[in-house]
Amino acid sequence: MDDQTDIQRTGDAEEKPASPGIPRIGDMAPLFEAETTFGPLRLEDFRDSWLVFFSHPADFTPVCTTEFVAFAKCYNKFQEIGAELLGLSIDSIFSHIGWVRNIEDTFKLKIPFPIVADVDARVARLYGMIMPGDSTTETSRCVFVIDPAGKIRATVYYPLTTGRNVDEILRLVTALQTADKHTVATPVNWRPGEPVIVPPPRTQEAADERIREGYTCRDWYFCTKELQR
Amino acid sequence: MACIDANGKITRSAELILLALLNPLTIEQTAVECRLPLFRVRGSIRELGKTGLVIEVNGKFHTTAKGVSALEGTPII
Repeated sequence: MDDQTDIQRTGDAEEKPASPGIPRIGDMAPLFEAETTFGPLRLEDFRDSWLVFFSHPADFTPVCTTEFVAFAKCYNKFQEIGAELLGLSIDSIFSHIGWVRNIEDTFKLKIPFPIVADVDARVARLYGMIMPGDSTTETSRCVFVIDPAGKIRATVYYPLTTGRNVDEILRLVTALQTADKHTVATPVNWRPGEPVIVPPPRTQEAADERIREGYTCRDWYFCTKELQR
Repeated sequence: MACIDANGKITRSAELILLALLNPLTIEQTAVECRLPLFRVRGSIRELGKTGLVIEVNGKFHTTAKGVSALEGTPII
């Protein structure tokens, strides 16, 4: 990278701060009350549960329909791990109701979770779900994983063109829960039942001891263990 | 309001909750009794409370006399 590019990038960054309004991992999820297909709901209504809060660009569009069908088919799996689903788009409640009924007719599948009708984009803006470079009138395919205490634990953003992988979102929530429960981390492509990563030691003494602690270690910083089922 | 339809009658989920709350219950107990997710019970009880169909006493909710009338079919104004 040459100096000129560096200078230009610095200038760009000063003109366009990196979206300070977008909630980030570790932030408390912004509170809201909104009209949904299940009636008026507040974010606080989901406390004590994990929540997958996701936006889609628009009702009655094909990619979104495939995503909703996939979320509906996986709904029981989310329930089994104590997670609720909440959708959102900048559409009216009547559009949502019509689309949900259409999915039920066309795919013989009920949508068992609520969808926020965010006609004024109030919640979408609060969560930074609108990506002006992608669309100024639709929400992108955003996912916020919110823990039972209301903290944002993961965020995922996909563009309008590309449907998300619902299995991966389920895996993500499961991995977060496993990390919390066992104070571990999870390696690439981890699946439940597979070994987890033991957090690396943070002192020389702990590093010396780590190798004798009975874990499976490639080296002092890279140890895994099986979780008891 | 999600708990009341256009004719002033309570919806099926509201009816389920009002019936459960003929005996005072916590929100968690109501969710178990009605087999509804917690978030849905919280939202519904809040809406039913605004309409005076449910009241909270000492952390438990119960159906009011107005709620009993609604269960009997009296339209909510």
